[in-house]
Amino acid sequence: MKIEDPAEPAAGPVQTTAPTTGTAPGAGGVPAEAVAEAGGLVAGRAASLWHDAWYDLRRRALFWAPVAVLLLVGTMAAVPGLFTGRGENEGCDPNVAKLGPSGAHWFGTDLAGCDYYAHVVHGARPTLLIGVVVTLFAFAIAVVLGMLAGYYGGPVDTLIARLTDVFFGLPFVLGATVILVAFPGHGVGAMTLVLVLLGWTTMIRIMRGQVIAVRDADYVQAARLLGASDRRIMTRHVLPNALAPVIVVATLNVGNVIAGEATLDFLGVGLQYPEVSWGLQLNQAQSYVIDHPHLLAFPAVFLSLTVLSFLLLGDAVRDALDPKLR
Amino acid sequence: MWRYALRRLLQAVPVFFGTTLLIYCMVFALPGDPIQALAGDKPVPESVAQALRARYNLDDPVLVQYAKYLGGLLTGDLGENYTGQKVSEMLGGRWTVTASLAVTAWMFELVIGIALGVWAGLRRGRLADTLVLGGTTLLIAVPVFVLGYTAQLAFGVHWPILPSAGTDEGWPVSYLLPGIVLGSLGLSYVARLTRTSLAENLRADYVRTARAKGLSRVRVVGRHALRNSLIPVVTYLGVDFGSLMGGAIVTEGIFNLPGVGQQVFQSIQLKEGPVVVGAVTLLVLIFLLVNLVVDLLYGLLDPRIRYE
Repeated sequence: MKIEDPAEPAAGPVQTTAPTTGTAPGAGGVPAEAVAEAGGLVAGRAASLWHDAWYDLRRRALFWAPVAVLLLVGTMAAVPGLFTGRGENEGCDPNVAKLGPSGAHWFGTDLAGCDYYAHVVHGARPTLLIGVVVTLFAFAIAVVLGMLAGYYGGPVDTLIARLTDVFFGLPFVLGATVILVAFPGHGVGAMTLVLVLLGWTTMIRIMRGQVIAVRDADYVQAARLLGASDRRIMTRHVLPNALAPVIVVATLNVGNVIAGEATLDFLGVGLQYPEVSWGLQLNQAQSYVIDHPHLLAFPAVFLSLTVLSFLLLGDAVRDALDPKLR
Repeated sequence: MWRYALRRLLQAVPVFFGTTLLIYCMVFALPGDPIQALAGDKPVPESVAQALRARYNLDDPVLVQYAKYLGGLLTGDLGENYTGQKVSEMLGGRWTVTASLAVTAWMFELVIGIALGVWAGLRRGRLADTLVLGGTTLLIAVPVFVLGYTAQLAFGVHWPILPSAGTDEGWPVSYLLPGIVLGSLGLSYVARLTRTSLAENLRADYVRTARAKGLSRVRVVGRHALRNSLIPVVTYLGVDFGSLMGGAIVTEGIFNLPGVGQQVFQSIQLKEGPVVVGAVTLLVLIFLLVNLVVDLLYGLLDPRIRYE
């Protein structure tokens, strides 16, 4: 820390005279050399945490199995052409509706006589897309608001906590249905918006708790004494050390969002006909499951496997990141 | 203790107003004219429409409507539907169905979930533990409606052991299968929380002390380790009761139970705002109250927790 003393007077006066405007050049200009050591330390520690985790993860079967499933489903979503020659809702023949699995139709056919295998392949894209995009938005909101609430405390914390409570208390299915009915179209965009609106509260509490735990650590105090701005402390010191549990919950959350999206599709208020998704297939299958169980089985298996993979992945990452549980 | 309870109650007040206002605005922002919806395609005479609008405060700004609604709510009046039916009457009998279903699911979570969790927690790293962890992960991954149809096919159609639709046989028989399906997700979380928390506490100093005093294993686990381990479980159970009531809609649909969820789902589509707002407001109230009770329970479970 002695090495940094020469830089200290440069950052100090700037901090005292103009805390808000002065910090911007301070954060932009000084870090390269002056804070290199502190920054390097933090980066080194964070890297070694993730490095340790990776070292632990790559030896686990319960890490590689979900990764394999997700790669498969991810490829289905990105390039469905690799798996099936048929486009969405293409080559349907009502004369061969509701057939069981056979050589010509591996997964049988659906109510309109479309090939069920092609349908299941095309269903991967909206399902995965919504799961990942919703989680990314919710993650971003949770990180920003959780950081502000945990770091500043006081009225900011109270305001954010009450706001979280308001959304947390809304029943998910009913809340989502009310909003979706108000939308003229129920495309991927509308679904994403609704799921973010009702799902951003899950991660924020964890982020806030982590920030509070890190906020008063010695290295944060040291950075503050060295004259680092609030913004710099938050982004360079608190954030890297508070993020790991939130990332774990985010991974688990992708699975929950996918299940929630499928539930809304299933109820008929989610994605609509020309779209293809696993939840929508289950919605169309619901009146015929007793006589044609394959209509339920195939999308259900793919849906459950995908959700399961995200859950297992989250669990594996958590076990790797948290040495206490070993 | 009383000061703490009062503070929590005061905190719940803005949340209550916030949530109900939010749901109120969402519902009444629904496109379409509810008065026109009453008449279908036929035109509504202007004088009739005006009279109806005045009667249901539809001409006021949303905030004024909301204030009038809350005023009625505080005197126990949930308002009426646009066809003059009392909302409290429409929902009355349905609350019993939904509450019976939620309570069945909740009991199932509580009893089986904690039992499984204790079983796994005491045998950490062994076969029982692996079985419980694997089984609960699977249950979490399968969406509730898939589970519902599978259970209905298996135990209602192929091996008719339990009633699979309707409420003809009353509580508890008719509610067993739907209750188990609805509670399976929560059961998994309860079992996992109990397991982790118990396994952690079994290594605590006070448990070692209890063991060193020569207490029996049942007493050490039951009175010392489990009681403290139940705090995260009770928190979860509290939050979950609200989501069971609100999430019962899917299960009610599959098992054809005439509950609140079904009614609200229909009402949303028919733009019957008062019914939707009334039901959701009550759901939010239940959610807040259960959570308040849970917070106060902590002190009973863990003597180290003191409310100032």
